[in-house]
Amino acid sequence: MQVLFKTRYEDDIRFLPKTGEKIRVGLVVAFLLAAPLLLQDYYLGELGLLLVYAIAGIGLMILTGHTGQVSFGHAAFLGIGAYCHAILMSHGVPFSLSVVLTTALSGLIGMALGRSASKMHGFYLAIATLAFLMLVETLLGEWESMTGGYGGLAVPGLKVFGISLASAWQQYYLDLFFTFVVVLGAANLFRTPTGRSFLAVRDSELSARCLGVNVEWAKIQAFGISAAITGLAGVLLAHHLAYLAPDVFSVLESLKLMLMIVVGGLGSIPGAIFGAILVSLLPVALSFLKDVLPPALGQQAGLEPLLFGLIIVIFIVFEPQGIYGRWMKLRFFFETFPYYRKSSFVRQKSYLKTERMR
Amino acid sequence: MTAGRTLSVRNLSIMFGGVHAVEDVSFDVSPGEVFAIIGPNGAGKSTIFNLISRLYEPSAGSIQFGEYDLLGLPAHRVVDTGIARTFQNIELFEQSTVLQNLLVGRHSRMSGNALCDFAFLPRVRRAEIRHRRKVEDIIDLLELAQYRDERIADLPYGARKNVELARALCAEPALLMLDEPASGLNTEETDDVGFWLEDIKHDLGVTLVMVEHDMNLVGQVADRVMAINDGRVLAIGSPDDVRENEDVQQAYLGMTE
Amino acid sequence: MLPLNDVVHLAVTGLAQGCAYGLIALGFVLIYKATEVVNFAHGEFMMLGAFTVLAYSEAFGGSFWPAFVLGCLTIGVVGYLIDAQIMRRIIGQSSASIFILTVAFGFIFRSLAGIIWGWNTLSLDTPFDGQVALGGEFAIATDRLAIIVATILLCVLLYLFFSRTRYGIAMQAASQNQLAAYYMGIPVKRLVSITWAIGAIIAAAAGALLAPVTQIDTTIGLLGIKALAGAIVGGFGSIPGALLGCLLIGIIEPFADYLLPEIKGVSPYIVMLLVLFLRPEGLMKQTFKKKV
Repeated sequence: MQVLFKTRYEDDIRFLPKTGEKIRVGLVVAFLLAAPLLLQDYYLGELGLLLVYAIAGIGLMILTGHTGQVSFGHAAFLGIGAYCHAILMSHGVPFSLSVVLTTALSGLIGMALGRSASKMHGFYLAIATLAFLMLVETLLGEWESMTGGYGGLAVPGLKVFGISLASAWQQYYLDLFFTFVVVLGAANLFRTPTGRSFLAVRDSELSARCLGVNVEWAKIQAFGISAAITGLAGVLLAHHLAYLAPDVFSVLESLKLMLMIVVGGLGSIPGAIFGAILVSLLPVALSFLKDVLPPALGQQAGLEPLLFGLIIVIFIVFEPQGIYGRWMKLRFFFETFPYYRKSSFVRQKSYLKTERMR
Repeated sequence: MTAGRTLSVRNLSIMFGGVHAVEDVSFDVSPGEVFAIIGPNGAGKSTIFNLISRLYEPSAGSIQFGEYDLLGLPAHRVVDTGIARTFQNIELFEQSTVLQNLLVGRHSRMSGNALCDFAFLPRVRRAEIRHRRKVEDIIDLLELAQYRDERIADLPYGARKNVELARALCAEPALLMLDEPASGLNTEETDDVGFWLEDIKHDLGVTLVMVEHDMNLVGQVADRVMAINDGRVLAIGSPDDVRENEDVQQAYLGMTE
Repeated sequence: MLPLNDVVHLAVTGLAQGCAYGLIALGFVLIYKATEVVNFAHGEFMMLGAFTVLAYSEAFGGSFWPAFVLGCLTIGVVGYLIDAQIMRRIIGQSSASIFILTVAFGFIFRSLAGIIWGWNTLSLDTPFDGQVALGGEFAIATDRLAIIVATILLCVLLYLFFSRTRYGIAMQAASQNQLAAYYMGIPVKRLVSITWAIGAIIAAAAGALLAPVTQIDTTIGLLGIKALAGAIVGGFGSIPGALLGCLLIGIIEPFADYLLPEIKGVSPYIVMLLVLFLRPEGLMKQTFKKKV
């Protein structure tokens, strides 16, 4: 195991203290930057979409993974972001302004929802967000004059600072730029008081409160940041979809986001990215399954949610730390080889932790 | 430092489901003092702490800390007046490292702004480094260096107790409330706690209020003791006086009149 | 203004609807009180119940009651197994993971039902045809009356179960303090699983009784979310509160759908969000504070 000698305070707030990590992350970044040279347009588009989902996943991760507030309604913020941006663009608002306005609007709506949720017991929030999603879905469908209703809404072409970004690589770099911003920002958050107050709220509201964390405000902030980031993902998603319909932003989409963060590993930013990779690979797996399974099963419309559901159940029951946790364990195994003991990661027996006052 | 504030509790009462958990309790804690609260299980000791922390709303009474009227503040502002605390059943942030826990302890002294933090502006960086320096001092004081980057969930019980004490100290309190600092510790660890409490009192000049069952520890560090039973004060005085008090003996030994 | 006849009709529909929500809510409030797990898949138990009863009824050549009993018991077994095999393993994990898990169950159930029984709307023949006159020009459809009666009956039965039987009292004890109950020799794990079974049985019964009103397809499990909304409006911690909330939501819904057809089906959520915004603790106050 590599031992780090920290000699300055900066060493503690640097992101990637270990050389190995630096190299790995560097390689990934290099690949992402060089991707347009290596990939065909179709795959580049898919990679861009993956990045968009990674952004949305980070948004949800901050709220659910780091602050412990479950939201089943994040597809609504994706929808709000996409629709708001498309509407603003079609009214002639330039891209850069529209991105800012849209992100701010979803953040504000998130904060309003968070305000009503801030005093709620955990599951109230889960249900409230679910209800919120259904309302937004209905609204997107019914408010025809604005959203085009169930018929859908065309997204204007991508144009940044008056330059049309029509080719796949241009759009890809836009996605990549925002991905970097969000990943960096989210990582920043967790080496500063704001992020730490989120973690504190997740693990023990009581002691957080006694240490001076305004728990309600922390939840509202977490909601706002999370919704803003997801809204931003919605903006980028709109350009990938090119045509918006309300049923895209359904509960299934929320489940997809949930799947990403659970599978990636609750409470880790890399987890959200791992999750996005997995979710992007799922359609491939699905089309494969459809070929393998008997036609009666393979042609079923319910296969996708079934698969989503099963993966979530398997991960929560058997690997609650997700892919990221598995990765850490593997790395620990190699670093400590041959001293690894099977019991190193055995979970302590735990009992029902009550939140109720008796 | 915010030393020099007196904690004065007057006629404090709270009802739980029609029962007085704390009834008409009054006491003062002078700056620099070590004040211990003793009493049988269920006497209302932790409830008094929770009232001072503003986790519970009292049905009557007042709590004054120096110039601050605590009852006029929400729970998260209490620490700003210079009161920090630990919990009876450790309430640490289980999934975070020791260092992160202690940094949350600094929260009351940091001014966070989500947008600045998101961008990690230079001044956020400077503040981070300043606060981390403070935290390292506390880590040295309580000898936590070996656990620094461990997750709380991986720590033994004794170490967790220390981390909680350290986290409370990170807030640089003028008054520290310790809810059973020695419960669940072995004799050796309890002795350590005794020394640390002396250090905290003398070196940091922190006023201590503690709930404790271990009478040896109380006798060793406490200047004054308050004994309570069924939510009412039985006696306040020096450790020896309280030990000799008849009501106190009755409450502890369960003798009936 | 609405004609009186319509008002009565809507009110009765709403009352029946509310009772159905109440039955579902009963199930998950029971589970919640026993384990602090909120089962988001409870509406799916109801959906599965309706399908199972239908399947048995077809197998028995259309006789409702044996199919009803057998169907409810089958779903009870499913509920028992879900707890014994899966929920029991994840005790101690964060509540967030547990919510996500039960939501995932909902999706799995819905997909499975669709794969087994298809995605079309089916109907179930019940003995509740026709109407019962209420005097004057008013009448109530028998199927709606059946739901109302069944709700009252089940509430009474449950009350007797929890206050009079050994098992019921043991369950109460376990829900107050699991560890203490465990030390007293109460088989807490089994009781929790049985609670899940009871909750599932009630939901399945609700599904079968509601079948003539809503028909049966894979999406009727969404009623479970409305039941959750109702339970929140009333206050989640108490069964009477949850039932009242569900009745309220149920009665508001047909009126809202009638008067504002644009927001058909979402009025329960609006009511809930309003309540949460104005009174976060629900209409009936209760404490959720954690003991230090």
